[in-house]
Amino acid sequence: MTTAFLSATEIARRVKAGEASAVRILDEMMLRIQRFDRELGSLLAIAGDEVRATAVEIERKRKANEPLGPLAGVPIVIKDNIVTKGLTTTAGSKILAGWVPPYESTVVERLRKADALIIAKANLDEFGMGSSTEKSAFKKTRNPWNTSHVPGGSSGGSAAAVAAGLAAAALGTDTGGSIRQPAAFCGTVGLKPTYGRVSRWGVIAFASSLDQVGPLTRTVADAALLTQVIAGHDPRDSTSLDQLMPPLDTVGQVKGLRIGLPKEYFADGLDADVRKHLDATIDALKQQGATIVDVSLPHTALALPAYYIIAPAEASSNLARYDGIRFGKRAEAQDLLDVYMKTRGAGFGPEVKRRIMLGTYALRSGYYDAYYKKAQQIRALIKKDFDEAWATCDVLLTPTTPHAAYRFGAKATPLDMYLGDVYTLACNLAGLPGLSVPCGLSDGGLPIGAQLLGKPLDEQTLLRVGAAIEAAVGLGDKRPTGIGGLA
Amino acid sequence: MSSLTRKEVEEIAFLARLHLEADEVSAMQTELGAMIEHFKVIDGISCEGVEPMTHPIAIDLPLREDIVEPSMSTADALRGAPKVDGDLIVVPAIIPGAE
Amino acid sequence: MSKTIAQLLEEYEPVIGLEVHVQLATHTKIFSGSATQFGSPPNSLVDPVVMGMPGTLPVFNKAVIELALRLGIATGSQIRTKSRFARKHYFYPDQPKGYQISQYDEPLLEHGHLDLLLGGAVKRVNLTRIHLEEDAGKNTHVGAVSHVDLNRAGAPLCEVVSEPEITSAEEAAEFMRSLHRLVRWLGVSEADMEKGHLRCDANVSVKKRGAKELGVRTELKNINSFRFVQNAVDHEIARQLRLIESGERIQRETRLWDAEAGQSYTMRTKEEANDYRYFPDPDLPALVIQGDLMASVVRSMPELPIARFTRYTTAGISPDDARTLIGERALADYFEAAVTAVGDNTKARAVGNWIVNELLGRLNADGKDISSSPMPAAHIGALVKLVEAGTISGKIGKEIFDESYKTGEDPAALVEKKGVTQISDEAQLWEIVDRVVTANAKQAAEFASGKDGLFGFFVGQVMKQTQGRANPVITTELLHKRLGR
Repeated sequence: MTTAFLSATEIARRVKAGEASAVRILDEMMLRIQRFDRELGSLLAIAGDEVRATAVEIERKRKANEPLGPLAGVPIVIKDNIVTKGLTTTAGSKILAGWVPPYESTVVERLRKADALIIAKANLDEFGMGSSTEKSAFKKTRNPWNTSHVPGGSSGGSAAAVAAGLAAAALGTDTGGSIRQPAAFCGTVGLKPTYGRVSRWGVIAFASSLDQVGPLTRTVADAALLTQVIAGHDPRDSTSLDQLMPPLDTVGQVKGLRIGLPKEYFADGLDADVRKHLDATIDALKQQGATIVDVSLPHTALALPAYYIIAPAEASSNLARYDGIRFGKRAEAQDLLDVYMKTRGAGFGPEVKRRIMLGTYALRSGYYDAYYKKAQQIRALIKKDFDEAWATCDVLLTPTTPHAAYRFGAKATPLDMYLGDVYTLACNLAGLPGLSVPCGLSDGGLPIGAQLLGKPLDEQTLLRVGAAIEAAVGLGDKRPTGIGGLA
Repeated sequence: MSSLTRKEVEEIAFLARLHLEADEVSAMQTELGAMIEHFKVIDGISCEGVEPMTHPIAIDLPLREDIVEPSMSTADALRGAPKVDGDLIVVPAIIPGAE
Repeated sequence: MSKTIAQLLEEYEPVIGLEVHVQLATHTKIFSGSATQFGSPPNSLVDPVVMGMPGTLPVFNKAVIELALRLGIATGSQIRTKSRFARKHYFYPDQPKGYQISQYDEPLLEHGHLDLLLGGAVKRVNLTRIHLEEDAGKNTHVGAVSHVDLNRAGAPLCEVVSEPEITSAEEAAEFMRSLHRLVRWLGVSEADMEKGHLRCDANVSVKKRGAKELGVRTELKNINSFRFVQNAVDHEIARQLRLIESGERIQRETRLWDAEAGQSYTMRTKEEANDYRYFPDPDLPALVIQGDLMASVVRSMPELPIARFTRYTTAGISPDDARTLIGERALADYFEAAVTAVGDNTKARAVGNWIVNELLGRLNADGKDISSSPMPAAHIGALVKLVEAGTISGKIGKEIFDESYKTGEDPAALVEKKGVTQISDEAQLWEIVDRVVTANAKQAAEFASGKDGLFGFFVGQVMKQTQGRANPVITTELLHKRLGR
């Protein structure tokens, strides 16, 4: 029987108990990748001898009765904007094609220490800028539920690989919804922890004040397991919180919990099918004893413009280092100016250029106050909305996206694309934890995600409510069928 | 009508050191113009006295002890560099100090 | 006939502001743990942060804030309890991230001052700000290519920005010297000019004397020695005055000083000026100065050189000697230890003389500095005590100094050993004087008849009889008495 859809928790249990072999699990996963990823397109660099050596070492440790980590033998893929020492890391960009990092990111270091198997790098929108993974410089990733649909993005490769059983779990990054939105589109769980929970050391920056690493998994319990491993203070990241991650549980207990429904998230533009599944989710939670509270986050409509000023501004700065001088590709050039202009002109894709341009526009002298500073003030107002909401509720429930995964090319203009992020952006602006958990399939057979937004540092409540939703309206044993033989 | 002139687009591209083809300049003019239009909603919002939120979490800058850590080897540091000469990175000639 | 520069300077006054980058004396870089030592092989003091590699993040060095606070307190600056780092964007091969981490509208230190010593007086120059930033790497230009070495990238700097209150090239150079002395004194920087630890840019303009409005200014870059500062600023003042004299307009521009050619040339004009797109660095939360850190820095503050200068001159030391003595903290400390050894503060002037005129000359000739002096301060003190008490003559004192400097022996012991104590006993000296005059009756008669030049002959004879130990003052007195005039 296939182990491909076993949860990370179950794989680790079996490996530690000697009921499954890390090497066999790795081999099966690698075979599945060979067989299915040509069509799915979820992965970039695939690990070779090194990961096999890790699997062999795990087996040796088990036989020698040496202690094994909490992710023993769990095959994991890493979004390719997270640095992996010795394994090509490109951020989905031509400008970094072939770059082999000489150092390790903190999150991958922690996964390795937990005896995980780092099997591959996952495709993404270039530098995390996009919501469909169509902006990858290298390949198109398909939604495993229906290959004519996008997997979402920017962590589309991570979400697709996990949904399709090409990995037990994945790491993604979330700057404005890049974990939660593809998780919703592909029917996986996706958690964006509180800003500062997880180290950004080795995370290729898109927007430094918004970026956060988190897990994409098939179960809520797995999301908790991975978060437990990767979270915690890191002296190499000055924005890392000096807080221990308390032990997380996924007891689906919601009795007495006050769940807020922000009315701005259930307004015009929300697809009826999504609405229907959200209503069912709300009913289920109510039945389990949760109190449903109507709340308002009045500055919600301003999240989009604030985000699309702040994120590109920071990106234009973070991406200044890609100049073809110390690493990456350098264009043929006559003189120094030419090196910069052509390297960057040829190395970045259109979406990245657009954001760099937008960010440069907003930071110019004379424009800073009207754009960047104003956006940061609006950000404070958005944060205040949430702070006030916590007076009447413990957690917020919203749709993750206005609609299920769309067809390739469906979003005609950049602005159309950006508007798809309306429900996920505010969470990053306010630095809050956010969880997307599947809450059913649309009439078209595509997954729909429910989003939970929590108080700062309260990942625990999100996971408990997430577990309740998973149990009540989750996908259960439903597997994606977009590619023949997958499930 | 776009709120950005072609010249402005070219100036911004130069500041960002991005070579844009003529058709890219046109596309940017339209697309950035649309975004800037969209941004106008924030103009009407009064933010009088609101402290800009620079960081999502309120922490003080951590201080690191002044203790030397081993450097990377020069070979590791330069391995990914497109053009080197011995231990040095090579770029086309630059005018001294003209940053 | 055109006016001379001196004539033009009667009509116009120069207005100069300086920006000096001071490299702080830390072991590691401002935002990562790589070492900062000078002269290492290229690209060997680097790490992923210094290289600006994707995914890297800055972590601030605690020593930087301690050193900067010392400078802030010494310059009487207002200390911002919550300051911020900002990113300053420009593309250049020695700038690994495409931006420099600096401080912009919320600098650590503001509104301080630097005291200059000008001709024995103290002149106060106000400082606009002192902020923290990281250094860039180094580009070397070799024909058609340039080489990039990032060893220096990320070295911690304080940028000291003066108000435009400096009015001559001499003052500008003196500003640099004073800052150099101060940062060394405080241990804030090694301030080795050869290693580029102090680098200066100057903003220069001229205006009609008495006018309120400033003229168009130019920025001179890359003037990295005291002499270059003086030459470059002098040259720029003259250049601007000549332009005005010939009716031309001064361009707002940045000029690069070529020390070898003794000329400057345009680096970029105002139109080419950068838009640095500053914004608060999202990777670095605000730098908050905690009370206990502040208190410990305050406790560690030494007395400042200018305060000592004032104290020394008040004690009767000449401004020149006082200035020399405060040149270095070790020297000033040495001086004070020597005065303590004498045990009499009224002898400070004499101690100063011995150190400035004798000791420093010898040390200099031997290529030594005060900390490697073979003569400890106590020995200088002992020597001064012997001379001032009249135990030995000044002449013998110099011999003893030489001996003590060479052998490291205590001057008091040397005097004892050599029996060179000065003879001040009048009866003893009278006997010798009497004997000398009696034995040279012919010369005594000639002196009596008005041959004044012979007095020295008698002094010499007495010194010969006493191996130079006769107290010259008493000897002179007794000779006059004995010779009758």
